[in-house]
Amino acid sequence: MHIQPILVALRRHKAGTVLIALQIALTLAIVCNALFIIHERVAHISEPSGVDEADLFVIANQWGAQYSTQETVERIQQDIATLRQLPSVQEASAANSYPMRGVGWDNFITMQPDQRAPTSDAAYFTGDENFLRTLGVKLIAGRDFRPEEVQNMGLRQNVATPVAIITKAMADKLFPKGEALGKTFYAMTSTPITVIGIVDVLHRGDVSTWSAPYAGESMVVPIRLAVPSGLFYIVRAKSGQLAAAMREAPKALYAENRMRIIDPKDGLLSFAQVRHRAFERDRGMAILMGIICVVLLAITAAGIVGLTSFWVGQRRRQIGVRRALGATHRDILNYFMTENLLISLGGLAIGVLLAFGLNLWLVTRFTLAMLPLTYVLGGVVILLLLGQGAVFAPALRASRVPPIEATRPA
Amino acid sequence: MLGYYLDLAVRSLKRSPGLTALMILIVGFGVAASMTSYSVFRAVSGDPIPWKSSRLFVPQIDIWGPKGHSDGSSGNEPPEALDYTDAVALMRDHRGKYQSAMYRVSPSVVPPDPHMHPINVGGHAVYSEFFSMLDVPFQFGGAWGADSDAQHASVVVINSKLNQKLFGGANSVGKTVNIDSKDYRVVGVLDNWNPKPTFFDVVNTGGFTTGQEDVFLPFTRAIDVGMGNDGNTNCAEVPTGSGFVGLQQSSCVWIAYMVQLDDKAAVSAYKDYLDGYFRDQKASGRFNWALNNRLRDLPAWLESEHVVPSDTKISLLVALGLLIACLVNTAGLLLAKFLRRSSEIGVRRALGAPRMAIYVQFLVEAGTVGLSGGLLGLLLTWVGIHGVSWVLPKEIASLARVDLSLLALTLAIAVLATMLAGLYPTFRASRVQPALQLKTN
Repeated sequence: MHIQPILVALRRHKAGTVLIALQIALTLAIVCNALFIIHERVAHISEPSGVDEADLFVIANQWGAQYSTQETVERIQQDIATLRQLPSVQEASAANSYPMRGVGWDNFITMQPDQRAPTSDAAYFTGDENFLRTLGVKLIAGRDFRPEEVQNMGLRQNVATPVAIITKAMADKLFPKGEALGKTFYAMTSTPITVIGIVDVLHRGDVSTWSAPYAGESMVVPIRLAVPSGLFYIVRAKSGQLAAAMREAPKALYAENRMRIIDPKDGLLSFAQVRHRAFERDRGMAILMGIICVVLLAITAAGIVGLTSFWVGQRRRQIGVRRALGATHRDILNYFMTENLLISLGGLAIGVLLAFGLNLWLVTRFTLAMLPLTYVLGGVVILLLLGQGAVFAPALRASRVPPIEATRPA
Repeated sequence: MLGYYLDLAVRSLKRSPGLTALMILIVGFGVAASMTSYSVFRAVSGDPIPWKSSRLFVPQIDIWGPKGHSDGSSGNEPPEALDYTDAVALMRDHRGKYQSAMYRVSPSVVPPDPHMHPINVGGHAVYSEFFSMLDVPFQFGGAWGADSDAQHASVVVINSKLNQKLFGGANSVGKTVNIDSKDYRVVGVLDNWNPKPTFFDVVNTGGFTTGQEDVFLPFTRAIDVGMGNDGNTNCAEVPTGSGFVGLQQSSCVWIAYMVQLDDKAAVSAYKDYLDGYFRDQKASGRFNWALNNRLRDLPAWLESEHVVPSDTKISLLVALGLLIACLVNTAGLLLAKFLRRSSEIGVRRALGAPRMAIYVQFLVEAGTVGLSGGLLGLLLTWVGIHGVSWVLPKEIASLARVDLSLLALTLAIAVLATMLAGLYPTFRASRVQPALQLKTN
């Protein structure tokens, strides 16, 4: 196929050519960045929690009365016993927060008590000896808490814990050379905390962007939080009995003590709901970007079909002349396909620059990540295929123009 | 003449229904996508108190110094909120026209009906001037007075929703509400006041929440009874004391503060006062770092707190990009459509039509496409705004609304943008050489 004649012909349709190329460039820039945003959000949404999600649910409990710390501890123990007695419940534990709650506690982590810039900012869970077992978190080194290690903590009370269990991600950050077990660190405390156990994965309580540098870095301390204004009962149902357990648990708690508050709206959540709520924004953004991508690609394809159809209609006579002079169906088809390819390549060259430009702007203004080259290459391939696909129908129609057209007036 | 051009435009558009439908669809989708994102953006970025926002200020004092920004995340920004010591000191000095320290509470309310379970409510512990500073509307009663602040009185202002739940919506002023096992006398019932964002305390609410402001009670009373804070507590170091009292003695920040300053002189006087306060504290040995205070007005404060979610801005940007791509597309199609009629233009020009007439004729045609696209866009925008609740979190999606100004804007943008897209094709059409066209025929 000779490119020269196509270029000469395009020069006679400068405006149309430029408009299609510009359209392709804009589409590439937007689609690449949108796809990248989708990818980032989906990666965020599918982060592992490290817990046994299928059988877990959470009750946010608050009492209507003002109990002392000791009274609260007794109530908690009574509630946990009530929950455990349910036939559908496997295990239950009280905690200050849980993975993917949306917000959570976090403490600066330092290796020395007087260190100024913190080494990490870890999610901070308080749990008793049943916490890990209830969540179904995998302990990969060391040991779980012993019952005698668990201390009670009233509202904003200072409790120094000598030990903690940390996640592998946190162990790797704090002790990059390995062997975290038995080592110490400080979590805004004056006394050191010794690592007694390492768990594989335990997602942070929050899912925010600020904590991205500390992803997966969580610690658990052996503390029973005893504040009447609210704590969470994490309950693990027996396999396959989640629905029954979620029905029975609040009833049993209310039967035991009715002066409590379990919010009808979000006081009782299965872990599937927890996950759904935590990533609502990300899912929404991914869907929105997906819709925009589809609409944009459809519009671009429609535009190419429309303009090429017009060009074919305009050039019926020339096509007839070429056919009369011996050009085959295939030659005409190839002509329009190649023409589109050339315009697309031109547009894509500008589009690549635009895509990186748009990304750079998003990076500086909204702290997005840098667009990887693979996305741009992927976008280029998508748009080339889209262009060729869109031009095929009008090009096929062009190739069917009979040679007799040459003799008809335009 | 315009009517004639309109007639011509409709005839021409009818002649190629496929192309016309395509253009209308493209304009419709482009406009609808951007207007839907815009409606969300408008809802979250609007001024929550436009008549007063430039007179409301948020003071910040750098009580943590360099160690507070040691993780590098906040640049050189002082803490976003105040600790108890400074909040109370600022209230005592009382240098603004109105001011209030406030913190979010989440107490339990035991309904008078013994068959009802206790309920959890949200709200704020504030000073009496909070209500006049923010022009809070009342259905019954009103705010408590400054004397109630001083006496740490057990009074409460409740919102109409809680009033409905507890008292069936009747005038409950003077009645008693049991909050965290203590009795409070109702002095006022709010008249449906639920501003978005919750601009008076973005630090503890994040700006957009589905949470309600059910109760407001005196700050001094809430501190007395040890009603804990339910919001962010940020500490540069762990408090040495225990409990809520330990928090009050610590340098942890958890109290939002707002002050009304009516003119420039008042603002600069307040700034001087705030700086003087810092210097006094420094002189007494509390700080050993340089002055680093802020006094932002409400719009600047909301901006610095990034109250508008960045997702909303990115969506708007991408949707605008989509609109531009749609317009480029429309321009290409209009160009094709107009130039196909070169011979018709040639005849009109040869019969004496000036270039201007060609311009008007084709811009009317572009405008007709734009108007039709706009009407489709209106429909799609309506669908889009009702559809965002499937996609976006409820606290944001529920704020997006269709109103007259949005409808007008949608139509205006569709028509203007399409005419803009038609400008170049029209220019090309008006340049058609009549002689050449007549000859080729």
